[in-house]
Amino acid sequence: MGELILEMKNITKTFGSVIANQDVCLKVYAKEIHALLGENGAGKSTLMNVLTGIYRPDSGQIFCHGKEVSVNSPKDAVDLGIGMVHQHFRLIPTLTVAENISLYTEKKGFLLNPAKMQKRIAECSRSFNLEVDPAAVVWQLSVGEQQRVEIVKLLYHGAEILILDEPSAVLTPQEAQDMFNVLRKMADSGKAVIVISHKMNEVLNNADRITVLKDGRMEDTMVRKDATLDRLTRAVVGKQDYKEHFRTQKNISPDVVFSMEHVCAKNDRNLDELKDISFDIRRGEIFGIAGVAGNGQRELSEVIAGLRPVTSGKIMADGADLTCASARERREKGIALIPEDRLETGLVPDLNFSENIILTRYSSSRYSRKGFLRFDRMRRDAEDYTKEYEIRHGGFDLPVGLMSGGNQQKLLLAREVSGNPKLIVAAYPVRGLDIGAADMIRQILLQQSEKGTSVLFISEELDEIFHMCDRIGVLCDGELMGIRNTSETDVFEIGQMMAGERKNSEKEASSYA
Amino acid sequence: MSSTLLISILSMAVLYAVSVLYGAVGEIFAEKAGVMNLGLEGIMLMGAVSGYLVAVNQKNLGLAMLTVVLVGAVLGLIFAFLTITLQADQTVAGMAMLTFSTGMSGFIGKSVSGVNANLAFEAISIPGLCRIPILGPVLFQQNILVYLMYFIIPLSVFYINHTRPGMILRALGENPAALDSAGYNVFALRYAYVVFGSVMTAVGGAFVSLAYTNFWSDGMTSGKGWIAFALVVFSSWNPLTAVFGGLLFGAISAIGVDIQTLFPAIPSQIFATLPYIATIIALVFTTGNFRNRRSAAPAALTIPYDREKR
Amino acid sequence: MRKFRYEKRTDVSMARKILNPVFFVLLAFLFCALLLGAMGFSPFAVYGKMISTIFSLRGLTRSIEAGLPLMFTGLAVALGYRMNLNNIGADGQYALGAIFCAGFGLYGPPMPAVLKIIVMFAAAMLGGALAACIAAVPRALWNVSETILTMMLNYVFLNVLNYLMYGPWKELNQMVAQTREIDSSLWLPEFGNTGISLALLIAVAIAFLLWFLLKKTTWGYQMEVIRRSPRAAEYAGMSVKKNIISTLCLSGAIAGLAGFAEVNGVLHRVQADLPNNAGYTGIVIAFLAYLNPLSTVLVAFLLGALQISAVAVQITGVPSQVATMIQGSIMLFVIAGEFFIRYRLVKVQKGEAA
Repeated sequence: MGELILEMKNITKTFGSVIANQDVCLKVYAKEIHALLGENGAGKSTLMNVLTGIYRPDSGQIFCHGKEVSVNSPKDAVDLGIGMVHQHFRLIPTLTVAENISLYTEKKGFLLNPAKMQKRIAECSRSFNLEVDPAAVVWQLSVGEQQRVEIVKLLYHGAEILILDEPSAVLTPQEAQDMFNVLRKMADSGKAVIVISHKMNEVLNNADRITVLKDGRMEDTMVRKDATLDRLTRAVVGKQDYKEHFRTQKNISPDVVFSMEHVCAKNDRNLDELKDISFDIRRGEIFGIAGVAGNGQRELSEVIAGLRPVTSGKIMADGADLTCASARERREKGIALIPEDRLETGLVPDLNFSENIILTRYSSSRYSRKGFLRFDRMRRDAEDYTKEYEIRHGGFDLPVGLMSGGNQQKLLLAREVSGNPKLIVAAYPVRGLDIGAADMIRQILLQQSEKGTSVLFISEELDEIFHMCDRIGVLCDGELMGIRNTSETDVFEIGQMMAGERKNSEKEASSYA
Repeated sequence: MSSTLLISILSMAVLYAVSVLYGAVGEIFAEKAGVMNLGLEGIMLMGAVSGYLVAVNQKNLGLAMLTVVLVGAVLGLIFAFLTITLQADQTVAGMAMLTFSTGMSGFIGKSVSGVNANLAFEAISIPGLCRIPILGPVLFQQNILVYLMYFIIPLSVFYINHTRPGMILRALGENPAALDSAGYNVFALRYAYVVFGSVMTAVGGAFVSLAYTNFWSDGMTSGKGWIAFALVVFSSWNPLTAVFGGLLFGAISAIGVDIQTLFPAIPSQIFATLPYIATIIALVFTTGNFRNRRSAAPAALTIPYDREKR
Repeated sequence: MRKFRYEKRTDVSMARKILNPVFFVLLAFLFCALLLGAMGFSPFAVYGKMISTIFSLRGLTRSIEAGLPLMFTGLAVALGYRMNLNNIGADGQYALGAIFCAGFGLYGPPMPAVLKIIVMFAAAMLGGALAACIAAVPRALWNVSETILTMMLNYVFLNVLNYLMYGPWKELNQMVAQTREIDSSLWLPEFGNTGISLALLIAVAIAFLLWFLLKKTTWGYQMEVIRRSPRAAEYAGMSVKKNIISTLCLSGAIAGLAGFAEVNGVLHRVQADLPNNAGYTGIVIAFLAYLNPLSTVLVAFLLGALQISAVAVQITGVPSQVATMIQGSIMLFVIAGEFFIRYRLVKVQKGEAA
């Protein structure tokens, strides 16, 4: 551990009436990897945005090398040697790698000299053992490569303090390990590295010191040798016990509810995304899709729900061919979708509670008569859902955008479940939720499967997939790497498949045995 | 077709193209910075009338152009304040600019409506070059504002693609948050480009009243601001492509005028619709999203930048 | 250093929503008074004349008359914006509506008057819808900017209108570019001697109908969802494309009815440049009315009053374009004012980083 390089004292930041950070203190030393751990919404990103000058704190002080500094703009942060790799990369997709880095680091010179620029950047990246092609246009790079560009960008500029916001979220387990190795090298060379994370195992394995945030406050801070999974869990979730669900009750029948045969589909950029996907789901089964986000999960869920056309292949539900059926026809056939971006797709944030519960069934006889909406029923169902699913909200007439993520998801799930679907496609249903809400969402899905509903469960958290699912399919680069019975595989094997190893061994579980 | 007719059509096409290119190039810069200004037509009118007013009253073209630049800058500042500082919806703010400047131009221009200024940018022949058959009289017997455009086009292409500020501009409309975190002042840059776009548009208006039609009447730019706006999309935000678009519309409009002398039986109003119909057809074919193409539009176009947005 | 910073309001009271724009409208009038003063006119004399023009029975009825086409164009634009469609082609749709309507009235086959009026009504809607449809299809299918398309079509249809007015439909032996009057049996009944016809009731009825449909039906619900989130709409199984086409065509049909109102209710003929920028004023109206059909009628009336008073001040030498200028200023100021509905200015506390 080196010298104290950065200290944040009693930082408070509010957004309107929401307190994002309250009296948070943080000390960071040179040559360390410092993990900032906490659930989504615990205030980790806000704290770092304060440090990088994106937000102004309501009160509090920041010291750099023992001197008090004021970080009023991102420029101040850059000048202080503070650099951040955001979760959403701050890269310009239409510019080259070299241009992106030059934009960030070199402010002088009127004319551009691409050749010189690229040469210098290549030298820099080589000296840190980070391979990037300076002439490549950013939007053509993979997510992992873009992350590397972000890191090179900071190093090239001579950043002393590197902040990474959830850096492993977009990577395979193997890629993530590579990245932490790189970070370790950075720390060894004298830099301070701050990693924001909500994954306890990752933090335990890679950090030197750990600070835990909860509800905007600093809950605990410790060096690694004092950290245990238990202590971290307690700090992260508070008194609540971390419940684990293993499937206790199963109600799986042999008949196939849904199947895909050799399905191919394109993505928004009109490139082939899904390649030759085949699987089937039995009644009452929970079928998991594991894989790093962005490997075709969105396209897969959209193809099933009828929001994206297939280029070839066949989709069947209950023996009927649905390949060309519209979104509405599929919904009527009992396919419900919990989309991954609930606020952009699954709900309309500006509309109120009652208006959102009819979103997917507004034309059904339940909610409309001769084209007129039945407000009494909407209101009654809104009240029922609120009670049954313990949804907390400020009133039925307020926009649902004001509700918390957990309550939004409960509303969405309540609505989709109430249509008695045969198959629920749940894409990252607990992403970004607090543990209580996540628990409840999983519980609802489990209950549904016990009732005989099938679930396609898409997630990037392997723990969760192993707890929830009967079979696991692994998506990598738009291809299904293989399907396993949960009881006959382990995290290691699934991790290898996520990294692109195809495993068509005898263990292949083409159907539930 | 006789060569005089050809020359007349082509030089009319050049004049028409330049009249829309000032606004189009200016708007390309503003949109690359992420701000869409729907009020071009109104700003052109304001440029046209303010230039003409000074020309009539002061008999000084230099002073007229200086006024035009100032008027364009003030209008640009108002629009920038609304859309950048106050983060107003750019469509609505653009319609407000359009309404205000259209009304204001008619209001302040009433006194010179139909008045002959007896002062305009005269064509200057470039010695030697104007002797080139056909192209000489078409390209090199024009007024100074046309020649200025010959420099603006290559300069702006060079600026956008080969200079550091140009690179920053390309980034500005794609991902302003990234620029902000790199320490650039997104607000100041957007202000600058919006004001620049507005000044160029106002100059385009003055071109119409002082170097093209040489008179002022209410609403006299008759949609040139809109064609300039359409040209931006048509050209995929590339000034060079915009030149071809401008010449195309110019040629169609000029042919309309000349064919009319050949077919006097066909009423003038029908020919007058030609450039607009041509714009519609061109727009549908060049910007229509037929096969999920990647759009060339700046990704952050029309999205106000809000640093504290969560 | 800045002394103030702004903060997002978490709740906005109804009173603020109404009073805020009123305040900024007054500011706009103040601003225009300065402009008038700068041009050498006395703002007091101009505004005084305007007010005295409006506040009389005659002024009132003429305001309604001037506001009548604006009600239709305002409703048309508001309906478009209800789905984030920028229909600035109401002028052209109005023109084509008037052409279809008057064309049938003047040159259509003989039939009972009531029936003929109904057909003219339908023809006006058809004309407007057709004009809008040309823009709606490329917008819906290939995402071509409806703003530019509808704008370009304005110039096309206004030229077509003027061609007819100066050419084949021109009233014989007259200087003015206009058609002859339609048969008086086709005129809509007038209330007393006010010059206000049944057309006003039609406008109000359409506003109520739209308000009702938007609020109570699944159609209105679909529009609201598509406006707020096209992606959620597709997820819910709504056809965004179909709704874009039908809404823009309906918007055009309503704009076309302005033609019917003028032809059957007010002028009883068509004249050159008939729309007289009613489409653009419709944009201002829709915006100031918060896209609510009922308030659209009210705002249209107010802007109608502004227009006739602007015509009246012409005798004092002020150009009538002052009306458009004031409208534009009002819109600019109210847009600026919207910021203060969403945010409040807070004085920066001592010792706080700013």
